[in-house]
Amino acid sequence: MKEEIIIAGFGGQGVLSMGKILAYSGLLQGQEVSWMPSYGPEQRGGTANVTVILSDERISSPILNQYDTAIVLNQPSLDKFESTVKPGGVLIVDPHGLSRMPERTDIQVYSIDATEEATRTNNQKTLNMIILGGYLKIRPIVKIENVMAGLKKSLPERHHHLLPINEKAINMGMDLIKKIN
Amino acid sequence: MSEEVKLMKGNEAIARAAIRCGCDGYFGYPITPQSEVMETLMEEEPWKTTGMVVLQAESETSSINMVYGGACTGKKVMTSSSSPGVSLMQEGISYIACAELPCVVVNVMRGGPGLGTIQPSQADYFQTVKGGGHGDYKLIALAPSTVQEMADYTVKAFDLAFKYRTPVMLLADGAIGQMMEKVVLPEQRPRATEEEIRANCPWAIVGKPASRGRNVITSLALKSEEMEATNIKLQAKYREIEKNEVIVEMHNCEDADYIIVAFGLCARICQKTMEMAREKGLKVGVLRPITLWPFPTEEIKALANKCKGMLCVEMNAGQMVEDVRLAVNGKVDVQSFGRLGGIIPAPDEVLNALEKLVADNA
Repeated sequence: MKEEIIIAGFGGQGVLSMGKILAYSGLLQGQEVSWMPSYGPEQRGGTANVTVILSDERISSPILNQYDTAIVLNQPSLDKFESTVKPGGVLIVDPHGLSRMPERTDIQVYSIDATEEATRTNNQKTLNMIILGGYLKIRPIVKIENVMAGLKKSLPERHHHLLPINEKAINMGMDLIKKIN
Repeated sequence: MSEEVKLMKGNEAIARAAIRCGCDGYFGYPITPQSEVMETLMEEEPWKTTGMVVLQAESETSSINMVYGGACTGKKVMTSSSSPGVSLMQEGISYIACAELPCVVVNVMRGGPGLGTIQPSQADYFQTVKGGGHGDYKLIALAPSTVQEMADYTVKAFDLAFKYRTPVMLLADGAIGQMMEKVVLPEQRPRATEEEIRANCPWAIVGKPASRGRNVITSLALKSEEMEATNIKLQAKYREIEKNEVIVEMHNCEDADYIIVAFGLCARICQKTMEMAREKGLKVGVLRPITLWPFPTEEIKALANKCKGMLCVEMNAGQMVEDVRLAVNGKVDVQSFGRLGGIIPAPDEVLNALEKLVADNA
């Protein structure tokens, strides 16, 4: 198994954290992992992205030009990464941040109304967990119990009371994601 | 416990490995993209456990001179910074090299020149291996390419520094500093005791017993004959290091028609390129110098006799390629590919450059 993922959106949407939780989940499953963030000023607004690789074998380059899956949460990221999904690969978008929908027909495109759901439940910070849930529905590359354990590892202890809300968000994401192409 | 696999950033791995290998003191000044080195040390509070000192100096100039002072006493000391900060340290590094003191300097490179960018770069190759500071000195330079190696080569850097009484540079880049991977940390070694320092570092300034004369540590010798003798001694040591300490990694070089030479992060990107090229039927290998000085001249020379061409890939305008060309000495075509100013080359861009090399030498 090898999954090469790019997650991209605005700084503050939890893009880097989502990648971190995936990486921790892979670690707990005994996989090789790499987490390569954009670390520039974009973290504080503007576009941020992270490349995550989970693999059964040693990872050569942590920098890629093509991905199995792209998760895209805003228009600049769609413009930048739609063309980088491998043919037959997966593109997941939250339509809330987009002024146009993806155009490619040789990939599987999924949509998830995560921003809307996070706003509706008044838990804006669970946005990334809703999307993570949706992603794991499509690509069950890590077990949910490892995701929860990974979440626990990446969250400081003072936030551990938020674990149930996050688990609920992951489950919600699994229900919300729908294939549009 | 030391077997535990952890996920951490490259910068964090440096800090944790430093504590584990019995480092006595860290002196530094924050700069992106390596500030997590000091942040991790401050969070870990090793002064409460191993007794290691962690101090934020008022500048990089000050940090390197604190390192100079600490090293005089036989202590295991280090500093870390990123490119502009390391430029400020060059005077101190030259003094430390001349005074023959052990220390570790970490450079998590960012794009320059000038204040540049905070994105990753390898443009301090020349500064590291060709001097940087003034005078005829050399730095042992280790170039890690994974987070695990950030930890392993921190330990190795200290070992080499003490073996040869010389400053050692750990030359990483912003990407390896910021990325997270799996790491197994080295086992905790105790810090050297005062008695051990007296026994193992007879040159150290630790207080003069009646049994010997004064230890003097200086880089100043106003008589040219003395200064020449110092230089000759340094050069003899450098030849010894060149003979003993070259580390190089080779992937699929045995049957390769074309060799990509790259260090640090670029070497991993080029391995991906190698996989892509091999799928297309091109026999490509990757040679990765781990020590940038001493440089694997002999290994490259040997491959030049068997291959049709070499491509040197760097995140700079072509620096290491000069040393590759010296080693190859005109035997085969050596081309250079690099991205500048903080841009990381992608595996397919490198493949394009490789295909050009192949076309030119078909």
